[in-house]
Amino acid sequence: MADAKAKIALELNGEPVEVAFAPHKTLLEVLREDLGLTGTKHGCELGECGTCTVLVDGTPVLSCLVLGLACAGHRVKTVEGMAERGTLHPLQEAFAELGAAQCGYCTPAFLLAAEALLATDPSPTRDDIKLALSGNLCRCTGYIKIYEAVELAAARMRGEDAKPAPETLYGVQ
Amino acid sequence: MASSKKPTRFRVVGKAHRKVDATAKVTGVTRFADDLFLPRMLFAKLLRSPHPHARIISIDTSKAAALPGVKAVLVGKDLPIPFGILPVSQDEHALALDKVRFVGDPVAAVAATSEEAATEALDLIAVEYEVLRAFPDALDAVEHPEPAIHDYADAGNIHKLIHLEFGDVDRGLAEADLVREDLFFFEGNTHLPMEQHAAVADWSPPPDGKLTLWSATQTPHYVHRALAKVLELPAARIRVIACPNGGAFGGKSDPFSHEIVVAKLAMITGRPVKITLTREEVFYCHRGRHPTLMWVKTGVKKDGAITGMHFKSLLDGGGYGSYGVASTYYTGALQTVTYHVPRYKFQGARAFTNKPPCGPKRGHGTPQPRFALEVHLDKIAEQLGMDPAELRLKHLVPPNSLTANWLRIGTMGLGPCIEKVVRGSGWKQKFKQLPYGKGIGLACSSYITGAGLPIYWNAMPHSGVQLKCDRGGGVTVFCGSTEIGQGSDSILATIVAEVLGLHPFDVAVVTGDTDLTPVDLGSYSSRVTLMTGNAAIQAAERARDVIARHAAKKLETPIERITFAEGRVFDVQEPERGLTFAEAVQLAEAAEGTVGTVGSYTPAPSAAKYRGAGVGPSPAYSYSACVAEVDVDPATGIVRVPKIWIAHDVGRAINAATVMGQIEGSVYMGLGEALMEEMAYRGNRNVVHKIPSLLEYKSPTTLEMCDVVTYVVEDPDPNGPFGAKECGQGPLLPVPPAVANAVYDAVGVRIDEVPITPEKVFKALRRKEKGEAARFGPARFPDIAWPEPTRVAPPWDGGDGRAAEGGRGRKKAAEGARR
Amino acid sequence: MLRLPSFTYLQPKTLKEALAMKADAGPDGMYVAGGTDLYPNMKRRHQEPRTVISLIGVRELTGCEMRDGGCAVGPCMTLSDLCSRPTIRQHYDTVALAAGLVSTPLLRNMGTLGGNLCLDTRCNYYNQTYEWRKAIDFCMKKDGHICWVAPSSPRCWAVSSSDVAPVMVALGAEYVLVGPGGERVVPAARFYHNDGINYLTKQPDEILATVRLPAPDGWDAVYHKLRRRGSFDFPVLGVAAWVKWEQGAGSRERGQVVEARIVLGGVASWPQEVPEAGAVLVGTDLSDEGVAAAADAAYRPAKPLDNTDFDLSWRKQMTRVYVTRALTELRQRRRPARK
Repeated sequence: MADAKAKIALELNGEPVEVAFAPHKTLLEVLREDLGLTGTKHGCELGECGTCTVLVDGTPVLSCLVLGLACAGHRVKTVEGMAERGTLHPLQEAFAELGAAQCGYCTPAFLLAAEALLATDPSPTRDDIKLALSGNLCRCTGYIKIYEAVELAAARMRGEDAKPAPETLYGVQ
Repeated sequence: MASSKKPTRFRVVGKAHRKVDATAKVTGVTRFADDLFLPRMLFAKLLRSPHPHARIISIDTSKAAALPGVKAVLVGKDLPIPFGILPVSQDEHALALDKVRFVGDPVAAVAATSEEAATEALDLIAVEYEVLRAFPDALDAVEHPEPAIHDYADAGNIHKLIHLEFGDVDRGLAEADLVREDLFFFEGNTHLPMEQHAAVADWSPPPDGKLTLWSATQTPHYVHRALAKVLELPAARIRVIACPNGGAFGGKSDPFSHEIVVAKLAMITGRPVKITLTREEVFYCHRGRHPTLMWVKTGVKKDGAITGMHFKSLLDGGGYGSYGVASTYYTGALQTVTYHVPRYKFQGARAFTNKPPCGPKRGHGTPQPRFALEVHLDKIAEQLGMDPAELRLKHLVPPNSLTANWLRIGTMGLGPCIEKVVRGSGWKQKFKQLPYGKGIGLACSSYITGAGLPIYWNAMPHSGVQLKCDRGGGVTVFCGSTEIGQGSDSILATIVAEVLGLHPFDVAVVTGDTDLTPVDLGSYSSRVTLMTGNAAIQAAERARDVIARHAAKKLETPIERITFAEGRVFDVQEPERGLTFAEAVQLAEAAEGTVGTVGSYTPAPSAAKYRGAGVGPSPAYSYSACVAEVDVDPATGIVRVPKIWIAHDVGRAINAATVMGQIEGSVYMGLGEALMEEMAYRGNRNVVHKIPSLLEYKSPTTLEMCDVVTYVVEDPDPNGPFGAKECGQGPLLPVPPAVANAVYDAVGVRIDEVPITPEKVFKALRRKEKGEAARFGPARFPDIAWPEPTRVAPPWDGGDGRAAEGGRGRKKAAEGARR
Repeated sequence: MLRLPSFTYLQPKTLKEALAMKADAGPDGMYVAGGTDLYPNMKRRHQEPRTVISLIGVRELTGCEMRDGGCAVGPCMTLSDLCSRPTIRQHYDTVALAAGLVSTPLLRNMGTLGGNLCLDTRCNYYNQTYEWRKAIDFCMKKDGHICWVAPSSPRCWAVSSSDVAPVMVALGAEYVLVGPGGERVVPAARFYHNDGINYLTKQPDEILATVRLPAPDGWDAVYHKLRRRGSFDFPVLGVAAWVKWEQGAGSRERGQVVEARIVLGGVASWPQEVPEAGAVLVGTDLSDEGVAAAADAAYRPAKPLDNTDFDLSWRKQMTRVYVTRALTELRQRRRPARK
């Protein structure tokens, strides 16, 4: 019944890691169950919601449909790898500031999808952001605070001294 | 007693704050129920019924029990005591005892060393069923009393029948210049939280005999009660911990089969047991929006003043009671709180059917009648030749008044809400003036800020808070409330920080743990900010008074001059004379011992005293107005909503940023309901859920979500903490009718049914082309044998909030009317 | 959590190695590329291979180059790569467009061209978990005997739901298949069967090795997709329209069609070419009358059934609208100035 475990080496959040797991496990399961990184969530395990998004070699993918074995030798980044030395990533900072994380369940996925977007396009338009995040479902926010947070983070990452617009936080007066 | 100075200007309340759990959520640190892994933990799975309605003849679990890795198997007789969220509907079993009532009804459970083994074991359980006739919808259930789905019901398969009359509606209709009747249907839809339900149980064997359950629940207190009842354990030996919910929206507010099952499995195996439902199983838990058929007849004067209203609703309840009795009352309760309705009659029925049970989804029972009412009014305005915004503005219920059904209105900010969305959207330049295919529609709504009554009758507070002031200057607030993403933990911290002059991050928050926190009834009915907020204010003010007393003594200042701000306790007239908060706490602690206080909140008694008045009363009502702009493609019927303007009367924003998030999120969910979300079943194929997946249940993506212009209207309500009212549910309500009204403005067809799908618009356009009624919607409301009405005279007819003598008799009521 | 059943996972580096592994595994072996179709199916127990052979590491199956006037595309190219590749965007923008309309950006980062072309047919009686399917006593596509969409039918009516396949058929692309017996080339149109179960003419041990796109010389194509949401959803109707314009002196002004193909996705178990619709366009300049006649011709054989999102009669009506819109776009691409 239980298959012999397979062992792979990969780069996880910037560090070399070796992990052994049942060979049919997906990256999602390996991260959560064999590596203890429960920041990666799941909403369907069928590739239909985007909640399990992680970066593999910098590209956002659905960890519920990637085999753990296929990650041998690759770079994997999860939400746990975003903050560096105790400092939040600008996206994390902006999501927290604007309330772009309500229940927080889809948040890790949105953060990583947004990070991948900003890595290739530092100045995305609102439509670019909508397209890039169109594979991630959120039921709480209506996405609006998420767009605004991505825009705020992008501006700050470009070196601008950006602050949230008053109507973002207080509505139109 | 002399008291320290209360703040006159807010330092913390009303600003945009980072939530206290924001960092944990953006770093992936927040532990949801499925993120818990305990040593030696087993995994549970549920075997579910493949039949919509059947009697269980036999169950053979021997093969499953013999499978390597399987540690325990449960069936219905292992947990024979029924439960249910409402005392009047104790009709659920953790595992079906003798009957199954929908495809997906849990029948048996397995705990095994891996989820794979547990899944494999399910297939080895042999269940023999005697299949019964299944009821795919409410109409079918109304027309066929047999075979009865439950052995209790008001009539046949009609679970609940309600008939209330406030004043002589026939007379009201007779006085009208125009009487209009309409039929509407609101399809069922579901919460679809991104987090699938999960629970972990741990059992510490006798002599302590203590059970701990971690669960994704909105109502740990009610789960606590259900566990005690079904497991026959003393409540004192059960600890329920509500994990942060990964979205809930009402879908995690019943006690569930899986919670009881893992608890029992932990007790049997002596090991921790976890269950995480699959997405499909979440559709079977459901408790979402009731599919509701509605008929409404309203009389109006030429100026739009309502003279009388008669409203009927038929709810498709699914297989169990859940909150359904309350849901049914809610479909008739809040028609009166927006526009003045002098005479009002409501008939409501809920049918049992063989589908997953319906219950409370964001707006609980009120989005359906609100859709009906707001589209109905749009039609009335057109017939009267009035602007729909003007009609509404002219007939708003006055603040500080009673409605025909004895609901007490406090502050009422709907007028400013309408004015803001009308001005912001350019309504006057757009309504009836946009090119064919483009349209604009308006609708309004109101919602309760907490139910006035608890779910089970008791005289205790609805919300309790304990506060502990640490000599280091920190404060911990303990409250049974449950963080479901709405920001309730932050509300507690913000309010305590305001009263004690601290930063919200100086306040530690402990919530949702029945061992550690005083009871709060749960995160439902938009009650948490108001009720926990008031309890927190009381606890914090008590702490402030203790601390102020000793600070005043030390500073040799009258206590009235002691102020708390910026982490200091000081003389307001000589601010340099003061102490740090920590020093002040130390003085108080040295003098009086540990500085701990409590606060609690119980809503004031309702003015309504009739049977059925448990639903509707609330300490405060929020108000919303919405304008939606739509693009309708006449060739396809596809409706897109580019923009929505929404104004919401929140009383007072405690945390401005979370208010914005709640309003935008409500618009999102309303838009999904308006355009695409529906619980679809194959009535002809075993009443299976047609699409129990995130792919086929259509939740709007970033590409469907509209732009939202939000106006926050603040009309502080004396019953709310610092004047706050709710904002998490109300703004959903006006969205579906605003979209429907806009579709009419765009292409001249009435879609009297939600969701407004392309097929429906296309069909209505075809009918219009052929010269038929340019409408898509239901054709009839069935004949139902309603009980005699409970007659209650409205306040202006000299009533006292009680039913006419005897409660229900027509004769007695008539006599009452003559007096 | 829905989990995969246990299986052996193999990662060959060459085509030869992959074929050998498949030969060893026998009928219990399956190829996989991106996994976005196979793994969900395995989690729902639609496919239960004991051995899964990943083609992602096979060098011969990657890349994209202009060759012999046309373009040879490796089927293991991800859909994201395909729609961002300059060669494809420049010469085959409709291929890039169709690939970019598949599911979500996340899925396109994993799913491949080959995977989309070999996509399992879909049906909402079939794309359900094992437990759900048990409640309807299964269907003939897996574990059962009947087609619930058309209970008296001897065949399965699951729907071809690829976005790229109809475009390939419309373009007249060719697929190079490599099997134990060597290589063969099949036109895209002949790669598919109108049968929900046996929807590919490819043998299970053959590998789709190259997709050959025709030289970009005087033809044009567009793709229109109908679905509920702008993301995630499979097509409930896809319209791939291809025309070859008259060449030579004065042809630009006349703007005459010499050959045309209309291929519908989402309405049958294969990408459904409607030859009558193409035929009525020949000799026209995609005038309103020509377009209407083609749309009418496409409407008649389109036979959506009640096994996808949306109401089937509406989907049939939409065939006319979407074919009209696709052809109108083709006309505008030829003569953007003309009204």
